[in-house]
Amino acid sequence: MILVLADHDRGELSELSLQAVEQGRQLAQTSGVPLHALVVGTGGSAAAASLGAYGVATVHLAVHDGLTDYAPAASARAAAELVARLAPLAVVGVGDQRGNEVLAHLGAITELPVAADCTSVVLGDPTAVVRARWGGNLAEHALLHAPVALVSVVPHAVRAGVPGNGVAAVEEFTPELADADLLVHVVDRTAEVGGGISLTEAKVIVSGGRGVGSAEGFGMLEELAGLLGGAIGASRVVTSAGWRPQAEQVGQTGTKVSPDLYIACGISGASQHLAGMASSKTIIVINNDADAPIMSHADYAVIGDLHKILPAVIEATRAALA
Amino acid sequence: MEVLVCIKRVPLSGGRFVLTDDSTEIDTKRLGFTVSPHEETAVEVAVRLIEAHGGSSTVLTLGVPESEEQMREAMAIGIDRGILLETDGAEWDGQATAAAIADAVRADGTAFDLILFGNESADAAGSQVGVRVAHLLGRPVLTGLKGLSVADGRLRGERPIAGGREVFEVPLPAVASVKDGVAIPRYPSVPGRIRAKKKPIERSTPARPPSRLEKVSFTLPAETGKRATVLGNGPEAADAVVDVFRKIGAI
Ligand SMILES: Cc1cc2nc3c(=O)[nH]c(=O)nc-3n(C[C@H](O)[C@H](O)[C@H](O)COP(=O)(O)OP(=O)(O)OC[C@H]3O[C@@H](n4cnc5c(N)ncnc54)[C@H](O)[C@@H]3O)c2cc1C
Repeated sequence: MILVLADHDRGELSELSLQAVEQGRQLAQTSGVPLHALVVGTGGSAAAASLGAYGVATVHLAVHDGLTDYAPAASARAAAELVARLAPLAVVGVGDQRGNEVLAHLGAITELPVAADCTSVVLGDPTAVVRARWGGNLAEHALLHAPVALVSVVPHAVRAGVPGNGVAAVEEFTPELADADLLVHVVDRTAEVGGGISLTEAKVIVSGGRGVGSAEGFGMLEELAGLLGGAIGASRVVTSAGWRPQAEQVGQTGTKVSPDLYIACGISGASQHLAGMASSKTIIVINNDADAPIMSHADYAVIGDLHKILPAVIEATRAALA
Repeated sequence: MEVLVCIKRVPLSGGRFVLTDDSTEIDTKRLGFTVSPHEETAVEVAVRLIEAHGGSSTVLTLGVPESEEQMREAMAIGIDRGILLETDGAEWDGQATAAAIADAVRADGTAFDLILFGNESADAAGSQVGVRVAHLLGRPVLTGLKGLSVADGRLRGERPIAGGREVFEVPLPAVASVKDGVAIPRYPSVPGRIRAKKKPIERSTPARPPSRLEKVSFTLPAETGKRATVLGNGPEAADAVVDVFRKIGAI
């Protein structure tokens, strides 16, 4: 069988978890084996029951007094118990922070290798994977030499499955956990400060790079973002200069975004920046260099000094909205 | 307190990578080298913790002898000494890397209160090493931190989650992996660079076990073949920009 680690946050299954379930379903189908899932914590019981609709035959619901919120080492311990008991061909997780964290713990506990951020998995001996490096700017073809393939799948490599009318058997079990397994768990949560439109949800992002020149320079970008109901993004040059908070950084080590419209002002288009925004629906560039690398990833461009162009664009937008 | 920070030398290329003829490596002939912003942040965090709490800091890397360059950069902003685990340039998978680091920590003998990593390396990005080192040394580990503080023998870490942040707290000694943004790395000063040259680096050459995640080859993503339509030069193009806004329904 194939075991999927279905992450939920206080009962809510994420879209990415459903994508991992779909990857698991495809692997199970190819190998002709059933699909199982692990859901951790009593808070996940409704989520567990809903997985049948996505092709899961059996859900293992790990319940334990200590499992009240996300606890990565304990989740991995529960998964390791299933690996030992059920000998799956593969364990599939989400290639996000939590998914890769739990898989790393599982790899450490079982002394198995892990292939993180896969875009393709072909089970076998060895298992062949393709995985994303450099934020997707390089694909690595690799072999996983292990009796159980531990893999995470890169977000959005597949769509979540369409729910059908399948019903999963939910089997509760109480994993054997030591105090050390429960040491790391969520102790508190803080709400987003500042409010405003979050970068990942914004439909429009007005983003600035070194060419903006200063913190004050972002005033123009804020004005345009305000008119378009958008959020501000930035390159790493901008965040490491302290012109904007790092939370606004787009790219390989920042946030990955995919808005309807991305306006890149004074950004050259380094591969690490592209890693975070190249999948935006429409990209408009404002840059004084007609040969900047970002030109071969953009749809439209205005060539020239952004300090002269942006005020004119703001003016024209305001007129159009009036 | 004693802090260890682990970094990795990687090629620096803002553009499309060029591969070697057999497609097994990035062609680095024309490239400089750096470390991930996550690791630059980890180094800055280590230096700040020592400034605040006293003690000393150590930088460790597993890599080619030239990785000394990245270690000296870390020393230039305040790290005290280095441990360089030399390799011949062949790739080590996450499991092997973690084992070598855990062995080096034991051999060094320093009672590190905190071992810092970047959340994932810039190149291989396996998201494995910090967690595996923590298991090998029997310590708790927090990963992906965007906020970190140490007080009263405890490590508090925060990381983003939809709608806010989740908070973790563990006793020291611990392991943590951090992300770009926890602290803005400072620039090294000239005296800092001079001092860095004299700081000690201990070298050893661990043996590489067979890869269990074995890299076979690389491929580049397809060229986009895209070329932006130039709407115009300078402010005169503003109306054409607004036309695009209209066309895609942004206004
Ligand atoms: C491992 C790693 C991870 C990284 N992660 C990220 C990341 O997450 N996000 C990120 O952004 N970067 C990241 N970087 C850094 C990245 O490589 C680039 O250094 C950075 O993206 C460049 O930012 P920039 O485009 O603002 O600056 P530059 O590359 O300097 O480009 C500035 C652009 O502005 C134009 N310009 C200048 N003045 C004007 C003007 N007056 N009007 C119009 N145009 C003007 C120039 O022509 C140029 O195209 C990472 C690097 C590494 C090694």
